[in-house]
Amino acid sequence: MGSQVHGTQDFNKNKRAEIKFSDEAMSIVKGIISHYPEGKQKSALLPVLHVAQAEFGGWLSPEVMDYVAEVLKIKPIEVFEVASFYTMYNLKPVGKCVLEVCQTSSCWLNGAEDIVKYIEKKLNIKVGETSKDGMFTLKTAECLGSCGTAPMLQCGASYHENLTYAKVDSILETYKAEGKLRSYTDLDYKNTL
Amino acid sequence: MGRKLLIHNDKVPGIHTLEVYRAHGGYASVEKALKTMTPDQVTDEVKKSGLRGRGGAGFPTGLKWSFLAKPEGVPRYLVCNADESEPGTFKDRYLMEHIPHALIEGMITSSYALGAKKSYIYIRGEYFYVARIVENAIKEAYAAGWLGQNILGTNFSHDCYVQVGGGAYICGEETALLESLEGKRGNPRIKPPFPAVAGLWGCPTVVNNVETIAAVCPIINMGGDEYAKIGIGKSTGTKLISASGHINKPGVYEIELGIPVEEFIYSEEYCGGIRNGKKLKAVVAGGSSVPILPTELILKTAKGEPRLMTYESLSDGGFQTGTMLGSGGFIAMDEDTSIVKNLFTFTRFYHHESCGQCSPCREGTGWMEKILKKFLNGTATESDVELLWDIQSKIEGKTICPLGEAAAWPVAAAIRHFKQEFLDIARSKKFVDVSHYNRLNKIIA
Repeated sequence: MGSQVHGTQDFNKNKRAEIKFSDEAMSIVKGIISHYPEGKQKSALLPVLHVAQAEFGGWLSPEVMDYVAEVLKIKPIEVFEVASFYTMYNLKPVGKCVLEVCQTSSCWLNGAEDIVKYIEKKLNIKVGETSKDGMFTLKTAECLGSCGTAPMLQCGASYHENLTYAKVDSILETYKAEGKLRSYTDLDYKNTL
Repeated sequence: MGRKLLIHNDKVPGIHTLEVYRAHGGYASVEKALKTMTPDQVTDEVKKSGLRGRGGAGFPTGLKWSFLAKPEGVPRYLVCNADESEPGTFKDRYLMEHIPHALIEGMITSSYALGAKKSYIYIRGEYFYVARIVENAIKEAYAAGWLGQNILGTNFSHDCYVQVGGGAYICGEETALLESLEGKRGNPRIKPPFPAVAGLWGCPTVVNNVETIAAVCPIINMGGDEYAKIGIGKSTGTKLISASGHINKPGVYEIELGIPVEEFIYSEEYCGGIRNGKKLKAVVAGGSSVPILPTELILKTAKGEPRLMTYESLSDGGFQTGTMLGSGGFIAMDEDTSIVKNLFTFTRFYHHESCGQCSPCREGTGWMEKILKKFLNGTATESDVELLWDIQSKIEGKTICPLGEAAAWPVAAAIRHFKQEFLDIARSKKFVDVSHYNRLNKIIA
């Protein structure tokens, strides 16, 4: 149908054919679409992309974006232009746990830079890179609204606040032991660490 | 102790549940409005209250509501702006996380006034867990009949939905938010038309901040006149302040508008003074985009009067010697803080968050970030200070939305009040981050 996502060269038709929401994910997607008037299903795009990212390995491949376009009955380019605008959508593969360390003013005033350096050293990666075992991707983020509990990092739906080196150690150890993909849509967001 | 109207029950166990919220007087404004008032009477009370938009702009809420076009047969919408992203601001998150029903109650009462059958709460994507809490509260409200068909047996029916964003500061601008709610990139629209005429899907729409909508509940309960008695002049009621930085007790505080800034910083009821016995150097009083002020100007106006926590007092003296109340994102910095480095984090933020539609903002924010980086690595010259000033002056007023101003003002204010710091770095060719060890001690501990 010539529905390749604009601007990407590595669209794989075979991979595309395998992509399909699970029944559970599909019912969530249908629920989201029902929030909007008839014919305005495009409004569901941002939340549906979050569901897709959680469902298909933590990132949005061209094939996944193409599939989302089909589900929402919109053009693939409409999905790509949105996915590439917002920071929460990963357009490249990432580790199972994406660590996003806030670095804006209040977090900087409380040591965010040293937290970033500490994680870099501990995981032996730089900001933007993924650890060799595919477990962690380290990112910096702009203000996440946790200024009163700075410094902080977000991983999936969880906010980890008032960070210290010891706290970072325990977060990394716990996540590594769990070994599972952490998504923004996770239900176990309660910050217990 | 100041009066509290929004988060007075925040420490009550289980207040996030409908049962406990209701037991503490919750949803009274819905009962009062739907059973005893007309929609216009509700709007009148909000007008009388003098409530001003709590997201940052401070526009009178009742007036905004009265601009809403009401053509026959066209749906109208209320949209709650919960895209809280202004650095230094975390009050809406606190309110939604702890007392989600306060927002939902406000959404119902406000929607009744506006004649909106549907409303949307647009929550920034990073607050996904907060969105879950609000969604659960909405489910409870439906089950108890506060949402849905014929609420309280009246003719008023209402549906309320949550939408999460995708991570973009610009979506806090109301037209960018509407674009995002329609499933598009968050590019602000050219105004007019204003959302009150053509908003969500081209229909008349009111966009209000979380705190603004929650404030409608006490206003209806106590009456607009009574609410207006709190505060000073045109700064009526209470305001949530997000306090952060080098203070002893960071957190969200509800204040009566009108308390002195000095009391807010130093009293035990609020921030509890500056950490580690340090002296205060500067304050960003209303979120990253408002001008930073040095201690002497934040505590007292240029005329020598005590500076108060009101829209008027904080802006006294204009930008030469004043600032703005803005979103109430209050960041205090101690004597060791580098204003240049802090400014760099702001400018990097605005560069990152510029939507890219307007060249002055898209390019200018990047240039400013690059120049500020030169200061941090010791390669800046004295003329770079002039260059920074020149660039910021050419962004302000030349963009579709106020992100341009938001990026320009902090740069201008930092140079205006702390020029010597820039010059010292340029002359010595060295940047020393004195406060680094203070920060390190905190996170090693």
